[in-house]
Amino acid sequence: MRHIISVLMENEPGALSRVVGLFSQRNYNIDSLTVAPTEDQSLSRLTLTTSGDDRRIEQITKHLNKLVDVVKLVDLTEGAHIERELMLIKVKAVGAQRTEVKRATDIFRGQIVDLTNNVFSIQLTGTSDKLDAFIAALGESVVLEVARTGVSGISRGEKVLAL
Amino acid sequence: MDQLSGGEALIRALHDEGVDIIFGYPGGAVLHIYDAIFNQDKVEHILVRHEQAATHAADGYARGTGKPGVVLVTSGPGATNAITGIATAYMDSIPMVVISGQVESRMIGSDGFQETDMVGVSRPVVKHSFMVQNPADIPMVVKKAFHIATTGRPGPVVIDIPKDITDPKIKFDYEYPREIKMRSYAIPDKGHSGQIKKAVDALMTAKRPMIYTGGGVIQGNGSELLAKLVRKLGFPITNTLMGLGAYPASDQQFLGMLGMHGTYEANMAMHYCDVLLAIGVRFDDRVTNSDVTKFCPDATILHVDIDPASISKTVAADVPIVGSVTSVLKEALAQIQSSNQKVDENSLKVWWDQINQWREKDSLHVTHCEDGTIKPQQVIQTVHEITKGDAFVSSDVGQHQMFAAQYYGFDKPRRWINSGGLGTMGFGFPAAMGVQLAFPDAISVCITGEGSFQMNLQELATCMQYQLPIKIICLNNQALGMVKQWQDMQYGGRHSHSTYAESLPDFKKLAESYGHVGIKIGKVSELHSKLTEAFALKDKLVFVDVMVDPEEHVYPMAIKGGAMKDMILSKSERT
Repeated sequence: MRHIISVLMENEPGALSRVVGLFSQRNYNIDSLTVAPTEDQSLSRLTLTTSGDDRRIEQITKHLNKLVDVVKLVDLTEGAHIERELMLIKVKAVGAQRTEVKRATDIFRGQIVDLTNNVFSIQLTGTSDKLDAFIAALGESVVLEVARTGVSGISRGEKVLAL
Repeated sequence: MDQLSGGEALIRALHDEGVDIIFGYPGGAVLHIYDAIFNQDKVEHILVRHEQAATHAADGYARGTGKPGVVLVTSGPGATNAITGIATAYMDSIPMVVISGQVESRMIGSDGFQETDMVGVSRPVVKHSFMVQNPADIPMVVKKAFHIATTGRPGPVVIDIPKDITDPKIKFDYEYPREIKMRSYAIPDKGHSGQIKKAVDALMTAKRPMIYTGGGVIQGNGSELLAKLVRKLGFPITNTLMGLGAYPASDQQFLGMLGMHGTYEANMAMHYCDVLLAIGVRFDDRVTNSDVTKFCPDATILHVDIDPASISKTVAADVPIVGSVTSVLKEALAQIQSSNQKVDENSLKVWWDQINQWREKDSLHVTHCEDGTIKPQQVIQTVHEITKGDAFVSSDVGQHQMFAAQYYGFDKPRRWINSGGLGTMGFGFPAAMGVQLAFPDAISVCITGEGSFQMNLQELATCMQYQLPIKIICLNNQALGMVKQWQDMQYGGRHSHSTYAESLPDFKKLAESYGHVGIKIGKVSELHSKLTEAFALKDKLVFVDVMVDPEEHVYPMAIKGGAMKDMILSKSERT
């Protein structure tokens, strides 16, 4: 099963490499990874998606917690949560394609953020499934370039991941 | 407040941390630090002959004393040479602080002379690491490093220090922090009372109980409490390779070591037990055998460990208890004391009858050779007799290690010093140096083989320099014995690159060339007298080269893919 794990860690040099190294060292996979400092500059928030059965996920969270740079973590998929991924996608847009792509972008509530005579650059936010669906709707033949941020997430309601 | 340079501050901080001895090797990036060492006499520095030996010596010191071992090496090759020793300590959870020099801060990343990304290279084998950014950070970094290395599940910590950070011209106000608080590092404290209650209930209703303890009991200084609990319950107990000495081997309730080369009775009792109390162990594959689905099929597993990640890692625990061994044992004993529960004496008697039947198999029986050839087991038995079972025994890795573990019979913790997890050949001799330096008046024995010994023999020079009277007992079978045994058993006797009899040195002469004493023993008739002679030379390092039966195998041996009850008992007998 897919899990989204959010980690608060010390904003120290090498902290990220310890997390990434742990995954390769113990043969766990990372499907996506996103990291940036939080409102407290001494902390970074790292969100990763991984998959595995319950025992594997338990080991992953235990080993992450063991890393000295990791302050706190939560498996967002254990409860109700909001997840988002941002995608910038460059697609071919010539002639009749232009209205078609524009319409699809509107349906998916994306925004065209840059254009030339031949190309649209579109920004789209949503769950990873939604971004996948948008790419599928456009068709591979028009897609020129895709840049995705990986999943970020937060739990629903009043629960917070903070110190 | 003293004005100190980074180099001076480092050595002062080590002293303030209670360090009196460090093991190291100088080089360009640590010259400022070595100058600071020269100008003081509080911290003694032991000059080894190879950085790997520095880490093993510090490791031996740590295992023997329970205090952290400290290592100082230069950048680049100095640092990379230390890696094997760091990994060895990591696998066995040994507290160690390794200080490595680094090129100047401005040079980092430029592929400078003797530059290695030590923090990167060591990352998978350290508990944590630091790169010092500012001289004034040194006291705090040292404090944190020792705190992390010695608390919770111990382990090695690396402090990488660029050369400019120790520059004698840059001084700052030195103050050693008294306390440390790290928001990201919490130490598991006491075990959960409710969980301990569950475990106690399971023990009290057990019909075929078994206690299985490991290195965690030794590292956590829990041996006395363990003995109390075991005696109170009257249950059988086995120790892992790492846990030998945690419970007295000479006690009737001790079934010997378990696992790949464990005793018949220990492995059988493991397999057939209905409640397994596992303390400070990690269900290593050398214990469980390769297929964990066949492991202890009937047992309710109670697992005590300070590291939550060790619990249910390979074998799922029915009652997990995260906490220090001493806190959990104390509370378990208190709960047993205060409750009216009694163990099931009738079932226990039937269980002991069964175990005693298994014992009759005498799986460690040694068959003597009629032609006077020495069996390696006889050497260990004789060393045990001469040292009255009270020596510190370091070992290398291979057959001799297993023979030492099976036949020495450790009655005290911290007396058996070996590389269990990583299995590092070359570990034993430098580890014995660390032990001897920690306990100058004790007998420090290194049980080795002619293969392992050649991996760190340069330390004969260190032993001469510091007059370390180690007794090196080399079980010389003229081959990489354990490799050869596997080749005998699984590769049709094809001894691919495991023999080298024609190129072995004359170890007696080798020892003598360093100024030590060398003794060679070839016949069983002279074994006792010559070993006695060796141990009588109290002030000398003695290398005893014992020619042993090259055909001997280590038994019992677990059958690959089987359960713990599946063992090869001799060249002709299986379970």
